[in-house]
Amino acid sequence: MAQAAQMASSAPDVRSGRRWNQRTVAPWLFLAPGLFMFTVYVLWPIVQSITLSFYDWNGLYNRDGEFTGTFVGLGNYAELMRDPAFDTSLWNNLKWLVLYLLALPIGLFIAIFLNQTVTGIRLYKSLFFFPFVISQVVVGLIFAWFYAPNFGLFYLLTEAITGKGTAILADPDLVTYGIIVAGLWPQIAYVMILYLTGLNNVAPDQIEAARLDGAKGWRMLWYVVLPQLRPATFIAVIVTVIGALRSFDLVSIMTTGGPFGSSRVLSYYMFEMALGEFGFRMGYGAAIAVVLFAIMMVFISGFIWKMWRDEKER
Amino acid sequence: MFPRPIQQSSAGVQWLYTIALPVALLVWLFPLLGVALTSLRPASDLAQGNYFGMPSGIAWENYIYIFTQTPIGQYMLNSLWVTLPTVVGAVGLSLMTGFALAVYGFRANILVFFMFVAGNFVPFQILMVPVRDMTLQLGMYDTWYGLALFHIAFQTGFCTLFMRNFIKALPYELIEAARVEGVTEWRIFWFIVLPLMRPAIAALSVLVFTFIWNDFFWATVLTQGVDSQPITAGLSSLNGQWIAQWHLVSAGSILAALPPVLMFFLMQKHFIAGLTLGAVK
Repeated sequence: MAQAAQMASSAPDVRSGRRWNQRTVAPWLFLAPGLFMFTVYVLWPIVQSITLSFYDWNGLYNRDGEFTGTFVGLGNYAELMRDPAFDTSLWNNLKWLVLYLLALPIGLFIAIFLNQTVTGIRLYKSLFFFPFVISQVVVGLIFAWFYAPNFGLFYLLTEAITGKGTAILADPDLVTYGIIVAGLWPQIAYVMILYLTGLNNVAPDQIEAARLDGAKGWRMLWYVVLPQLRPATFIAVIVTVIGALRSFDLVSIMTTGGPFGSSRVLSYYMFEMALGEFGFRMGYGAAIAVVLFAIMMVFISGFIWKMWRDEKER
Repeated sequence: MFPRPIQQSSAGVQWLYTIALPVALLVWLFPLLGVALTSLRPASDLAQGNYFGMPSGIAWENYIYIFTQTPIGQYMLNSLWVTLPTVVGAVGLSLMTGFALAVYGFRANILVFFMFVAGNFVPFQILMVPVRDMTLQLGMYDTWYGLALFHIAFQTGFCTLFMRNFIKALPYELIEAARVEGVTEWRIFWFIVLPLMRPAIAALSVLVFTFIWNDFFWATVLTQGVDSQPITAGLSSLNGQWIAQWHLVSAGSILAALPPVLMFFLMQKHFIAGLTLGAVK
């Protein structure tokens, strides 16, 4: 500050000189606390994790407080390629990614269904949104109850239809789908809210004009409404993809990756490797995290690119 | 308006719609309703296999039991202790970062902004090992502030995105005019911008409250005991002890879900404004 004042007094126009300086320094002062926290807790750990993925480390330090890991180069990644559990996790992540996108059409459908002005519709909209507000831990418990063998509603339903009940969470081939359905429940609610807000802002004159031209139903939706919903669709895709790749809570609550590791996803497998019962393999865990991070970066870059384009247009 | 207002349809269709609404809602919330009912069902009903029939009575004692016989009250308090400081911290920090990024045209502006946005989307696992290690080293493992500090830092990313866009949408002439009057930058922030930020602060507060209350991953990674575990992690460990005692699991689930649900109902408009990122105008 003293320096700034000095520089200002040497400038020909004292007042504007000081103001100019203030305006160069001010943004960084405002940014400092937030940027500091973000760097310490988010940016730096990313760098550390990537570094760590080239080491073998059990998470401990020796008596002098020194790091005890050994450098293994690409060893962790080489092991990943041969690890069948990693394979399963990756495939399951792909299933999550693809099936999670079902939240878009279903969410849009519910939004269209609810986009009316009848008495009490506001309450209906909020109640439909309910699943998103609830913790995924609770969603997981609710669905575990729903799927429970012998008395769960889903079990009874399959028993009534096929004569033999399906305990979906105990079936290695079906378990992932069962968890994805649980995850879709809140995700559909989120997408629905995005589309409801979007539908609210669809230009009425365009709809009327299209209606006069004889457009209705599917054609109206596809050619007139959907193009106007593009901003909503974009955000819906991003949050759905991120949500699918972040899936951890449901797997952890409903199956802890089982049966026989068949419902593992990368995020859960990483946790298992680094902090789970198989011991503390921090480096190997970090390598899994780096793979997940790389997949996520594809989508993050897309989002940033779109934002950057929008910024330039302004 | 799309679809065509139902009032313009025939009486039959209108009638159908009136019926379809509650039916659809019932189907949609069916799992939740089932759990809510189970939480009030006496244990004896479940033991006799009466899962879905008429309950033999309303069992408030399930709730009394989990409050007196398990540390669920403590878990809820722990959650509150993590959530409230995080809301204050993240909203406070992001007001400043958002202001800096919206008002000043310095060179690194867009870079810093995109960094916050991108950071907000990274998978938690890439942060897990270093953050846990750092928290251990600082002696903050298994404390509410260790968890809250991380949450503050991470949520600042999302909040900055929101605040920055919100401030950008304010009339810039206000700030210009103040500068002409010779008002200092700090006072512009405090006396001109801040009073206009109330809707944004409200929106982010409810959102961050819900996100943090519902967080499970970091609760598992950074805490472990009854003294500091939030309700999500607590419920998960209680679930391990209550094998197949669904009346207790249900009651615990309903309790854990209650605060964010209340928050949502009280602040609905703000909540939705926050979720749509202000981008779906």
